[in-house]
Amino acid sequence: MKLEYFQMIDRVVSFDRDAAHLVATSTIPAVSPIFEGHFPGHPLMPGVLLIETMAQTSGYLLLGLNNFTAMPFLTKVTSANLRKFIAPETPIDMQASLVHDGSGYAVTKAKISTGGKAVCDAEIMFKILPFPEELGAQMRANARSLGMDVKEP
Amino acid sequence: MSSTFDKVADIIAETADIDRASITPESHAIEDLGIDSLAFLDIAFAIDKEFGIKLPLEKWTQEVNEGKAPAENYFVMKNLCARIDELVAAKKA
Repeated sequence: MKLEYFQMIDRVVSFDRDAAHLVATSTIPAVSPIFEGHFPGHPLMPGVLLIETMAQTSGYLLLGLNNFTAMPFLTKVTSANLRKFIAPETPIDMQASLVHDGSGYAVTKAKISTGGKAVCDAEIMFKILPFPEELGAQMRANARSLGMDVKEP
Repeated sequence: MSSTFDKVADIIAETADIDRASITPESHAIEDLGIDSLAFLDIAFAIDKEFGIKLPLEKWTQEVNEGKAPAENYFVMKNLCARIDELVAAKKA
């Protein structure tokens, strides 16, 4: 996990196409400039970055389901709950499930836990658009580096 | 149609915070009711769930953008409800 580069996922543990479910994992970094401000002397993972982590987990789920042919863009976060403080060096587990596959949009539910305890959850809506030029290849490369089995279109 | 209209009008009123009384069969969802693209996605999600269908928004948008169909075909309430009824009937067939 590299917060400054918005790399929120260390590894995709499993992707189940039939169940429309993806599991991933990360560890909050020990050091980051973000912790210098959030908060001085009391570093905590910002809630907004936990939401981004859930969005990215959902994003890779949707990319896998559409065979990396179109890009999900975060459109709406509904009913997000931040239940637990997360400190640096904490390992976290993420899950995302498809709620609805619409035409040009999709809705997921995602959650994060640590040590089996709930950290946060949200329902998230994405607009699905054609890949901007060159982004498709980059996203496929990113997914491979995270452990997903991705074929070229 | 009337039942579909009532359901869709209720969804729009609740989702987009629009006065239910202002929504008529002749209302254009975008031009008259001022529904923006994000709100329309919320409405589409609610309609998909309510009727068990998948509104073909991408196809409709493409047809409108390519001049193959007027936007009124899909975004005037009575026409939108007719399209929903067609999708529901096709699903049952």
